[in-house]
Amino acid sequence: MPRLEEHCWRRSCTSRVESKNYSRENWVASKAEEMMSIITSVLSNVYGSLYSVQTANLIRRGLVLFTVGVFLALVLNLLQVQRNVTLFPEEVMATLFSSAWWIPPCCGTAAAVVGLLYPCIDSHLGEPHKFKREWASVMRCIAVFVGINHASAKLDFANNVQLSLTLAALSLGLWWTFDRSRSGFGLGIGTAFLATVITQLLVYNGVYQYTYPDFLYVRSWLPCIFFSGGVTVGNIGRQLAMVSPREHFFFQTVYS
Amino acid sequence: MTVRERLREKISAAFYRHGLLCASYPVPIILFTSASILACCYPLLRLPLPGTGPVEFTTRVRDYTVPSHEPQGDLGERPDWYRGPPVAYIQQVLVKAAVSPWDSTLVPVDVFRSPLGRVFSLLEEIRNHVHNDGSGVRSLEALCLQVTDLLPGLRRMQTVLPEHGCLLVSPGNYWQNQRELFDSDPDLLKTVHQHEPKGLHTTATLRDLLFGVPVKHTGVSLYSRKRVVTYTITMVLGSYDARFLSSLRARLRQLHPSVNCSLREDQMVHVHFKEEIGMAELIPLVTTYIILFAYIYFSTRKIDMVKSKWGLALAAVVTVLSSLLMSVGLCTLFGLTPTLNGGEIFPYLVVVIGLENVLVLTKSVVSTPVDLEVKLRIAQGLSNESWSIMKNMATELCIILIGYFTLVPAIQEFCLFAVVGLVSDFFLQMFFFTTVLSIDIRRMELADLNRRLPAEAGMPLPKPGPLRPREAPPPPRPSPHTITLQTPAFRNLRLPKRLRVVYFLARTRLAQRFIMVGTVIWIGILAYTDPAGLRTYLAAQVSEQSPLGEGGAGGLPPHLGVAPGFPGPGGDPASTLSVLPAPAEPTPLPENQSQGHHGAPRDVPLQTQAPPLVPQISWGAEDEEGWRKLSFRHWPSLFSYYNITLAKRYISILPVIPVTLHLSPREAIETRHPQDTRHPPPPSLKTNDLPADLTLYKVAALGLAAGVLLVLLLFCLYRVLCSRNYGQNGVAHGRRRRGDLPCDDYGYSPPISEISPLLLRGHSMDIECLASDGMLLASCCLAGQIRVWDAQTGDCLTIIPKHGLRRSSSSGCWEQRDGWDAMGVAEPENLGGGTEPGGGVFDEDEGYPLRRRTTPRPALFENQPDLTPLIDTNFDSQPPSHLLLTPPRDGFDFGGLVERAYLEHEPPSPGLTASYPSSSPLSGPPPQRRRSLGYIQPPVPQGQGTPDWESAVWAMELRGNLIAAGRSSGKLELWDAVEGSLRCSNEDGVSGITALAFLNNRIVAARLDGSLDFFTVDINKPLGLLQYRGPPGRSNMPPSPCYSSEDVISCQLTRSVQCAHQKPITVLRAAAGRVVTGSQDHTVRVYRLEDSCCLFTLQGHSGGITAIYIDQTMVLASGGQDGAICLWDVLTGSRVSHVYGHRGDVTSLVCTTSCVISSGLDDLICIWDRSTGIKLYSIQQEVGCGASLGVISESLLVTGGQGCVSFWDLNFGDLLQTVYLGQSSDGQGVRQLVVLNNAAIVCDFGSELSLVYVPSVLEKLD
Repeated sequence: MPRLEEHCWRRSCTSRVESKNYSRENWVASKAEEMMSIITSVLSNVYGSLYSVQTANLIRRGLVLFTVGVFLALVLNLLQVQRNVTLFPEEVMATLFSSAWWIPPCCGTAAAVVGLLYPCIDSHLGEPHKFKREWASVMRCIAVFVGINHASAKLDFANNVQLSLTLAALSLGLWWTFDRSRSGFGLGIGTAFLATVITQLLVYNGVYQYTYPDFLYVRSWLPCIFFSGGVTVGNIGRQLAMVSPREHFFFQTVYS
Repeated sequence: MTVRERLREKISAAFYRHGLLCASYPVPIILFTSASILACCYPLLRLPLPGTGPVEFTTRVRDYTVPSHEPQGDLGERPDWYRGPPVAYIQQVLVKAAVSPWDSTLVPVDVFRSPLGRVFSLLEEIRNHVHNDGSGVRSLEALCLQVTDLLPGLRRMQTVLPEHGCLLVSPGNYWQNQRELFDSDPDLLKTVHQHEPKGLHTTATLRDLLFGVPVKHTGVSLYSRKRVVTYTITMVLGSYDARFLSSLRARLRQLHPSVNCSLREDQMVHVHFKEEIGMAELIPLVTTYIILFAYIYFSTRKIDMVKSKWGLALAAVVTVLSSLLMSVGLCTLFGLTPTLNGGEIFPYLVVVIGLENVLVLTKSVVSTPVDLEVKLRIAQGLSNESWSIMKNMATELCIILIGYFTLVPAIQEFCLFAVVGLVSDFFLQMFFFTTVLSIDIRRMELADLNRRLPAEAGMPLPKPGPLRPREAPPPPRPSPHTITLQTPAFRNLRLPKRLRVVYFLARTRLAQRFIMVGTVIWIGILAYTDPAGLRTYLAAQVSEQSPLGEGGAGGLPPHLGVAPGFPGPGGDPASTLSVLPAPAEPTPLPENQSQGHHGAPRDVPLQTQAPPLVPQISWGAEDEEGWRKLSFRHWPSLFSYYNITLAKRYISILPVIPVTLHLSPREAIETRHPQDTRHPPPPSLKTNDLPADLTLYKVAALGLAAGVLLVLLLFCLYRVLCSRNYGQNGVAHGRRRRGDLPCDDYGYSPPISEISPLLLRGHSMDIECLASDGMLLASCCLAGQIRVWDAQTGDCLTIIPKHGLRRSSSSGCWEQRDGWDAMGVAEPENLGGGTEPGGGVFDEDEGYPLRRRTTPRPALFENQPDLTPLIDTNFDSQPPSHLLLTPPRDGFDFGGLVERAYLEHEPPSPGLTASYPSSSPLSGPPPQRRRSLGYIQPPVPQGQGTPDWESAVWAMELRGNLIAAGRSSGKLELWDAVEGSLRCSNEDGVSGITALAFLNNRIVAARLDGSLDFFTVDINKPLGLLQYRGPPGRSNMPPSPCYSSEDVISCQLTRSVQCAHQKPITVLRAAAGRVVTGSQDHTVRVYRLEDSCCLFTLQGHSGGITAIYIDQTMVLASGGQDGAICLWDVLTGSRVSHVYGHRGDVTSLVCTTSCVISSGLDDLICIWDRSTGIKLYSIQQEVGCGASLGVISESLLVTGGQGCVSFWDLNFGDLLQTVYLGQSSDGQGVRQLVVLNNAAIVCDFGSELSLVYVPSVLEKLD
């Protein structure tokens, strides 16, 4: 359990820093732009316009990604909870929120940032991601990601090297199966690297510590998890960016 | 040829043959596949059912030895968990105590006070029992399970449960096993109750733990009828010592003999507990399943263009699931026992195996040409995808093989399952799914046969009857002003958000479905965990009926099986008991009665109403294994208090030691507490039963109250949300006034808009051709009359031929003055009625039957001649192709018939003469007029040649102020739009001009015989071309060249492509210097406009081309009769994408920068992504409309319907507004729709034109 706690926490911290590193100016600018767009959207609503602003779209995507991040953080946290679960439901609720309260929001923020960054980078590089762009593939990707976490939490490995190698292979397989883009790989590597560095720093400063550190201060499989998480969230973000203009419509057709 | 290519070809050929095989013998193959699935799943029967219920195994006590850890081969029925010592041995001492004989002086508390009091002496006896034989001295202390500490969370149980030492529980624990505390306790029941948890609990309660029998059986109650107290002393032993236990048993039996006891003592039961699944583990599991279902949902949603989406989706899921089952079955068959938690890895297995291949197969098969045979379609689809399927499969196998080398046992096992699953999935795809697909496609073909046949024949139905059978009864329309969209999903006009949410809930019946699913799951859980003892009850019923019934749950044969369930405290064991006859009953033993029983026959006290004076203590088979009636969480929870988990381990339950206690009334009185007598005497017998079931009543009452509250709440919610009273407005809904605003079913009317159509009246017959250059608007009706309108104001500028001049001498220019306000409704309707068959016969513009008047004339025009029998004459006999090639333009001369009909149906309607005061030839039937007009020379015959009034105008184009009109006689005429004079004409061609394109100074004419003529318009005064007409309007339309009237305009045939197409050219479009033609011969050709050179011949359709779109950005889209839409690259001539979207012809195609919009004969409007060719969504329209499309701006689509035009938001697919063109919208479909540059649209509406401005877009453009 603490493993995941930390990992969630690290990830969130990482992406916070990431967002600062990557695009501090852009971020400020986009914040201002967001505010502007909010104002304009309000105004346009006042004037009865039906045209949605693109930034509102961005916010909506961010919200969806945030929710996904929070949800995944909670669930993966639970996945790592050890077996000795008591029978009383109130304690289950306690384990559900056993981590610090800020972990899920941070994970959500991280997911939102990474998920928005992917399509952004795609459009900047001018190579839109066309490989398997459909929701079924995204779902598959999420399932594989959860499976990787599952494996890291529940399987008994002979030693840490084996565990790390297996997870690394799985993560690469995830990327190859669902992404196959250079930008995705680069961003995933970047996420993993930054997240691991920040985790190291945090542990070094004594904010947290790992039970069985085998890679300086942290577990060696941590980068793999970060990498696959980044790829997964990026996948979701790209899909959202693709469909979000018609997202509203989707939910109409889906149930008709 | 490389090896790879050869391999590829071979695979493709093999798949082709396989597809033929599958489609040829569907039924035998499906049978074979099902048989093989069943065969592969057969080994699964030997696997234990998954579940969390405990499993038990019975052995004999006598030769019991602790099983060894090593598996010892096959030991018969010995389960594999029966290895090693158990966690603990449970030895229960079952005490039944009663005060006998019962004295009337006794108070109710006496029933249980003194019997409970005896527990302390018994405890002492057990604790102090020492067995001494040769090998040494053994006591309970040495044998029992030593516990150390309670879990920290259980402080409140600290006083009750033993905290260290032997785990020995009994009711005495309530009083810390101290007699003094017991004696000084004023209210025993309160002490017992204060430890009970509040609320409903399904798990074992403390009372169950300490008493060891279900609450109802203890008899510790003031209202006990039997007056027998039952409880157990439970010893948990760490090790087994047969001699000590038998000596203890003998000792207790000796002290407290139970003479009538015939309990079996030779069997011990080992109970194995499965892993407990807590909430914390359930949540990730549920999440993975949710992801799995989302995956399946999103995958199967892509199945399209098949007869039964649901059926195929089901087949796909069945394919994957049964391949998994097969894989597990095969692995089991070859000796591998699954050790992984099946429920956990199952979602991952499904995701790994995936549904992709199935979808790819479906898509590939569906996109084969529809006109092929089913067999061939399947075979082609299979072979198209064969290479990618094989490649994918090989890749996946490789990946999984890599996983196999991780050398982690769990991953290896997973990979093994996945490999076998993949292979069996491939097998099933090839045999099962392909066959199902072929059946489905065949069904679709059969179903479409009726629909498609007329459409494919390309044959105009001679009678104005329905095109498709399903149209035969015209859809009932509530009122002519309601547009009936078929799917309610698209009926949402701009509703308020909250209403949308509510409608969404209502539409999808979400709540209902949730409740349904919840109920099903709940029932499933109930049946699975069986808390109500249903299975025990059933078993009891069965055993009662069977002659071999040896009674209840105890009679289960000692083999491996799911435990028959432990009835929980909430269960109904009483009923079980009442149906259970005492097993000893058939052979009543004399000992089967307690002491002091005065010879009363075996009168079962349960059946007697009066309380027996002497409480009976009877031992039955149900006492043998009393623990079965406890909750199955009983033992796990007891052990979990001491942090010992029973998951995946087992305990051994030893046969109970029966102890019977008889206490004398005197003893009972002695042990009485002073306060005991304050209890009221036992209430009357009637109420005896009630308290036991009081909880039930309480629950029922609470549930009822909650239900009522919920109903009230919902009612309030309903009142708040729906302020309208539907009941009162129901009548108004049914029959709305004419001219009312459209209103959807929810009673919501859109805000009254300012969009009102401007009707341009003047044509006497249905409008055939419509052309516009933004400023001017030219229309041509069936009568051959061309009118030119100002597109901004709607004024009629010119009428060609100029018989209007003639008429104006008598009545002036009456049409354009009072045309749309004063004129009666009767006139256009009359003429419409008269010319109705003409409109319904042939589509002159495109040469094949797109437009049909499908709605019969309403009864409104009873006084009009019914012309239908007159028309249905000579078209039936003509073969379709012949008709297409030589359209019977002249054969359509029904003038005589009409005339005759009119003569027969004298008098004509008065409106006719009122509208035509001049009594010109117009008042007669149109063809007659046409003929008469033919002899009138045009007043100003300026140009060379004479206008041809005999033949009809089939195509018309307008550029600048020149109107190019192509006639059925093959003549091309150029008219001055402003002056109405014929500028030139060209009679080079003989065959009728079916389509015209007018671009710059070139005119392209497509003729009926498939030839294509390029004309050049030369103006002698070259400056005239440079004159631009006036300042540009408020719209930013490109200025049109203007030809002044002085210029001599000549039109020369520059090039004639004789055999541009093999069959008639149906579509001709020109843009961006290219001319694109589409023909019945399935091809599209691209010509360069300058030198009329054929650049490409685009092949790809399997039907005649019906629609083409090309714009300045060189995007070319074509739609055909096969329902396919192709996107082409005009520069290279390559096909960008090819999609099937319609069943039946594509009638219209429009592109925006991001999407392609198509409409088809199936009344469907599809919106496609332009770059990827993915269908974004589709709109199902009312039957018989949707043939015309227009795009006003990037997000505003306009479609023509029956007497109305509808505006759609392209981004969301929402219907924004429907504009009704006139009062008489009966059956007048909008067939042509032209979007003008100034954000207005013009559409034909019978004999009228309708000019609709779209205000919002106007603002935006400004």
